Amino acid sequence: MTEFKVPELGENVAGGDVMRVLVNVGDTVAKDQPVLELETDKATIEVPSNVAGTVKEVRVKKGDKIKVGAVVLTLDDASTGLGAGNGAAAAAAPPKLAPAKAGAPELKAPEHKVLPMPSRAPQEPPASQAAAPAPARPQAPAPAPDAREVVPASPAVRRLAREIGIQVNEVTGTGPGGRISQDDVKEHARRILTSPSTALGTGGGRATRVLPDFEKWGGVERQPVSNIRRVTAEHLGYAWNTIPHVTQFDKADVTALDALRKQYKDQVAKAGGNLTVTAMLVRILATAVKQFPQFNASIDTERGELIFKKYVNVGVAVDTDRGLLVPVIRDADQKNISQISIEIQQAAEKARDRKLTLEEMTGGGITISNLGGIGGTYFTPIVNWPEVAILGVSRGATEPVWKDGTFEPRQMLPLSLSYDHRVIDGADAMRFLRWVVEAIEQPFLLSLIG
Amino acid sequence: MAETTHLAVLGAGPGGYAAAFYAADMGMQVALIDEEKNPGGVCLYRGCIPSKALLHVAKVIDEAKHAGNWGVTFAEPALDIDKLRGFKQGVVDKLTAGVGSVAKLRKVKYIQGRATLTGPRSMKIAGAGADTKEGRQGLPAETELGFEHLILATGSHPTRIPTLSLDSPRMMDSTTGLELPDVPTSLLVIGGGYIGLELGTVYATLGSKVSVVEMTPGLLPGADRDLVGVLEKRLKGLFANIMLSTKVVKVAEEKNGIRVTFEGDVAEKEQVFDRVLVAVGRRPNSKIPGLETTQVTVNAQGFIETDPQRRTAEPSIFAIGDVAGEPMLAHKASHEARVAVEAIAGHKAVFEPQAIPAVVFTDPEIAWCGLTEAQAQAEGIEVEVAKFPWGALGRAITIDRPDGLTKLVLEPKTGRILGVGVAGSGAGELIAEGVLAIEMGATAEDLKLVIHPHPTLSETLMESAEVFFGQSTHVYKPKRK
Repeated sequence: MTEFKVPELGENVAGGDVMRVLVNVGDTVAKDQPVLELETDKATIEVPSNVAGTVKEVRVKKGDKIKVGAVVLTLDDASTGLGAGNGAAAAAAPPKLAPAKAGAPELKAPEHKVLPMPSRAPQEPPASQAAAPAPARPQAPAPAPDAREVVPASPAVRRLAREIGIQVNEVTGTGPGGRISQDDVKEHARRILTSPSTALGTGGGRATRVLPDFEKWGGVERQPVSNIRRVTAEHLGYAWNTIPHVTQFDKADVTALDALRKQYKDQVAKAGGNLTVTAMLVRILATAVKQFPQFNASIDTERGELIFKKYVNVGVAVDTDRGLLVPVIRDADQKNISQISIEIQQAAEKARDRKLTLEEMTGGGITISNLGGIGGTYFTPIVNWPEVAILGVSRGATEPVWKDGTFEPRQMLPLSLSYDHRVIDGADAMRFLRWVVEAIEQPFLLSLIG
Repeated sequence: MAETTHLAVLGAGPGGYAAAFYAADMGMQVALIDEEKNPGGVCLYRGCIPSKALLHVAKVIDEAKHAGNWGVTFAEPALDIDKLRGFKQGVVDKLTAGVGSVAKLRKVKYIQGRATLTGPRSMKIAGAGADTKEGRQGLPAETELGFEHLILATGSHPTRIPTLSLDSPRMMDSTTGLELPDVPTSLLVIGGGYIGLELGTVYATLGSKVSVVEMTPGLLPGADRDLVGVLEKRLKGLFANIMLSTKVVKVAEEKNGIRVTFEGDVAEKEQVFDRVLVAVGRRPNSKIPGLETTQVTVNAQGFIETDPQRRTAEPSIFAIGDVAGEPMLAHKASHEARVAVEAIAGHKAVFEPQAIPAVVFTDPEIAWCGLTEAQAQAEGIEVEVAKFPWGALGRAITIDRPDGLTKLVLEPKTGRILGVGVAGSGAGELIAEGVLAIEMGATAEDLKLVIHPHPTLSETLMESAEVFFGQSTHVYKPKRK
């Protein structure tokens, strides 16, 4: 039988009032487990037990005034096997005292409660050693020790995992009892290398789930993912996971604009361009972002800064047989619609001929994605990170529009604006989209302020 | 000018020489430094090996005595203690010389001497006299040695307790006990751990009246009680007295022996013994001269602190074996040796065994590895235990040793083997299968499905796995569901 006495509580602390007894008769108490809440004249402290065992008797109760050395509990010994001597040798560290604030009313004392540091198992030191001073010459960092848990993997499998940088306890074992084989480790590594969270980046390092065996339900064919697909997946996955997206919709009356387009189409064609709604929208967006500079910005979360660009480059999503490509029209604000039409035409040809360079596909400030040639009403485009907005354009259609007391057939163009809500507020986005709609409906506005 | 080498290994026990040899095999230039004439360390000179030679003799004596039960009676053994000592010494010499010659073949430079570190990459060696490569031709009394890496494998020594220290030839520790000065009429073994029980067994079988005193309530602290129970039953017949929960508070030399004063659970508080053997554990040899010239750190227990690769706080220095932490076992040291050498060679090796076997070479032997039942209980790990008593096993009965127990500590859901314990004749050999099973992540089902040779004691492992499923051939114990 052991007794637990109030230990030395700190300098000039002779004892205190029992606020709470944290254990009851029959409880098992571990060494360093708090057993008593004691209010001293300096602070309220939790007093950890310096012995272990089963509580046989509690000798104090709430409200008691007790002194250092008073018997609090009697315990039945937990047999400790080695019995390295008397319990006295292993006296617990004195509990920490939190200094009371000067003049703080005594009733407030519980606020200054300090929990004793949890005691650690003695096996701990090697782990902290892992972070010891760096070796004098460059060397592979000491692999982190695997958790103390026993992993059902043979030594050779564990070594393979360590050598190829796999945490063996993260591998799903397919053997009996979850045993991890060399193949399981390799499969895990392969999955990491090709999983959406890395190569096909859904980003975010989320755990990937195992695919079912599709062949259970019929024949399948496996094809390697093309480079463009891989890059696209990586890029859009990252954007989707990073950017809080909002998409807003509106419709623009393009009747007048389309009439102008038809009127000047041939003229532009002679110059080698194709006068499209897209080309016109590129010019409109270029002017719009000058009115709304936060739509031509990027966010630097590392440094907590917004980056406003003093140039206006507009990306144009192009559908090719190899996948999605986005050539960038540089300084679109300084080019007329004819020039832009020619550039888009050239870029589209280059894209199809696989001649578009990486240089020509980077540096955009805002992107336009026009699916109108194919169809659809609205869609929610993904912002082309590090940009903060993208304008989606769907197929225009003739609709009855209520105007001046009658329905008039008007050519209406559905617009979808997705944006990074971290940078752009909803109201600003709507203002921006309204501005674009008005610019479409009043082409003269471009000449007026563009 | 001081000589330099890729790797210096300080201490040539089973950790040190394993490290030196492996490093040499990997193409490093290696110097192995030890005070003995040959590599071997405590294990070969003053530990595992000589004690096992003596225990083998004890076993033969014991079996001869038992043969009476089988209708074969031998005369009382006549003891030629010089010859016995000679046999033991022969074993030691043969093994240490063997290791020495293997060092030579591997071109490991063996330096006999006492080293003092002079910095993280250099040491002085005093009294260097033997260089195995050129034989014992005169090296200077003090040489300097530079190294890129150093492995400290300085081992441990028997714990000395001041109150039990008495300058008397009657007082022995494991080292002097193994020298077998004589067969005392009465011997008190202080410490019921494996060293005390093994040496006690030797002396008791040779004819001493052996008493064992242990401070804790049981022999072999740390081992599961049911395994110890098997041994204890037999030891009660072999030893004159086993005093548990008892402390020795005083030893004093008298004309006829050592007067020992006990405190605790014992009737006779004072007894006189011919000799006293103190076997209360071992302490790491971490007081290495010149260690303070490096950044190597030593913890409160005296062990050198290392990371999982066995690298100390000084990046060029590693520590392995007894000096680097518990358990202080030769096979742990040799395994760490390989880890450290591989780390030095730039591999990502770490020391991460899932089971380190422990063997007590008493008769019967006790061996265990992995999780013990006691440990599972203490740590609140839910396990299922499957036990197979040897009384039901053909092989155990044919050798007239039905006093045995094989147990598996299993994860309840998967039946994965987390720990294995064996008490019985030859348990030390049987445990290797348990270690393999744990390291390979085997389940009870695996063990059950592996054909074990009949009739052998190894069947107990298979049968205990069958017990887990309630299907043991030789034990009727249906599974409660």
